[in-house]
Amino acid sequence: MRDANESRAIQIEELTAGFGSFTAVRQVSLRIPPNKITAIIGPSGSGKSTLVRCLNRLHEEVRGAWMQGRVRLGGHDIFATDVDPVQLRRRVGMVFQRPNPFPTMSVAENVVAGLRLNRWGRPAGLDDRIEESLRRAALWEQVKDKLHVSGASLSGGQQQRLCIARALAVEPDVLLMDEPCSALDPVATFKIEELMKELAEDITIVIVTHNMQQAARVSDYTAFLMMGEDRAGELVEFGPTDRIFTNPSDKRTEDYITGRFG
Amino acid sequence: MTMNHYRWRKITNVLMVGTATLSATLAALALIAVLAFVLVKGVSALNADFFLRLPTPVGVPGGGVANAIVGSLIVVGLAALFAVPVGLGTGIYLSEFGDNRFGDLVRYLADVLAGVPSIVMGIFAYIIIVARQGHFSALSGSFALGMMMLPAIVRTTEEMLRMVPNTLREGALALGVPRWRAIVSVVLPAAAGGVITGIMLAIGRIAGETAPLLFTAFGNPYWNTNVNEPVATLPLTLFTYAISPYDDWQSKAWGTALVLVGLVLIANLIGRRVWRNVGAQK
Repeated sequence: MRDANESRAIQIEELTAGFGSFTAVRQVSLRIPPNKITAIIGPSGSGKSTLVRCLNRLHEEVRGAWMQGRVRLGGHDIFATDVDPVQLRRRVGMVFQRPNPFPTMSVAENVVAGLRLNRWGRPAGLDDRIEESLRRAALWEQVKDKLHVSGASLSGGQQQRLCIARALAVEPDVLLMDEPCSALDPVATFKIEELMKELAEDITIVIVTHNMQQAARVSDYTAFLMMGEDRAGELVEFGPTDRIFTNPSDKRTEDYITGRFG
Repeated sequence: MTMNHYRWRKITNVLMVGTATLSATLAALALIAVLAFVLVKGVSALNADFFLRLPTPVGVPGGGVANAIVGSLIVVGLAALFAVPVGLGTGIYLSEFGDNRFGDLVRYLADVLAGVPSIVMGIFAYIIIVARQGHFSALSGSFALGMMMLPAIVRTTEEMLRMVPNTLREGALALGVPRWRAIVSVVLPAAAGGVITGIMLAIGRIAGETAPLLFTAFGNPYWNTNVNEPVATLPLTLFTYAISPYDDWQSKAWGTALVLVGLVLIANLIGRRVWRNVGAQK
């Protein structure tokens, strides 16, 4: 069991990444424990998004992007030359800031898009997978009668849960969430937070958030990033969320979470 | 003072809205006038024979432009067959991979190509196909028209694909979808409506081109469906009839104009319908 969990642990070693001549994050090292929720907080421009986008190598899809250092998923270096980023992304799913259901696909098609667009033809057992994924995303009851309407016709919160279901359908080990609630109202936010806690039983979750209350509410561990002198983001502190919020060891962390800046 | 200001602003507003409305009305009137003129003048020439028969010699009553209708469909259809895949592919390249100097070059060339006068395109087709083969042909006409369609399709495809938000591309990539598949199955469908409209507009525009066909498709008073032979087309037939001194032919020129306008209109309507269906189903 322990071994199975370890395959979902992420070890970040001296990760430095940026675009062109700009360094977005510098020398970040931390271990994201498996089957926990790890929050990444910090002021705007501190490189939070860049950091998580390195974990599924989506960062490198941007023009001029570069990264150095090492990221291990279950002990294996995901930057190694023999790692196919397309394969990697099936293990490391992602949910974005704005819900982005594919507008030309129905609810059901959205859920299994990751499965269908990975191979030719129509794999078997898709219907079961649709229901299972929507149930895991706590969306099944609301959409079971409208599986064939456009994904874009759902409410914002439902769209975001659809995107979560879509990510879950590929059966990832890790789910990255880049400010998943910042475009949602409080009720929808609450539902997603509840959902995250349930999902963490099976997968590792990394959530970038602007909202410190959210980090305190949902996460087990918190990483605090801040930009250094040349605006490159650096890891200030990492630890169990309880401790970071009650007894931070760094003055900057304390200033940030007490709202003195940022 | 403020009251005065406000009044002045209201007057300016009324003037501006009035000017814009007047311009729009003038533009609409011009369009309606052309369509009405063609309709009124052309409808008397239309009958079943006009659609089903070959042209008759001068002085022989009756006859039609069936060969030109079929010829136009062949020439324009072949042009689209050539220009749509190449244009789509180029547009996809420019939007998804073309942020480099080669992309800039292609973009520039497409703009230059769009500005080449249509008769020059005809001469080009004449030199590289007709002169070599030693005879006029539908194919050479299609080539000239296809070259004219190409830049329009390239640029509209690129523009439409660029309007697709990047979050959709990233959403697909983040699911472990290969890039080519993300483009084909997510980005392209999201832009399909605009792309199809662009293609239909390009087809509509070249369907009425005459100059590039003068020394390529050439014209033909007989039936021909062989793409290696000269073929009659609606614009060429219209031209020949219109400049003739015979009343019967001039009346047929109006009829031909009406058929041409009607075909372009139908093509546009089909394009819009396809778009709506694509949009509704999704």
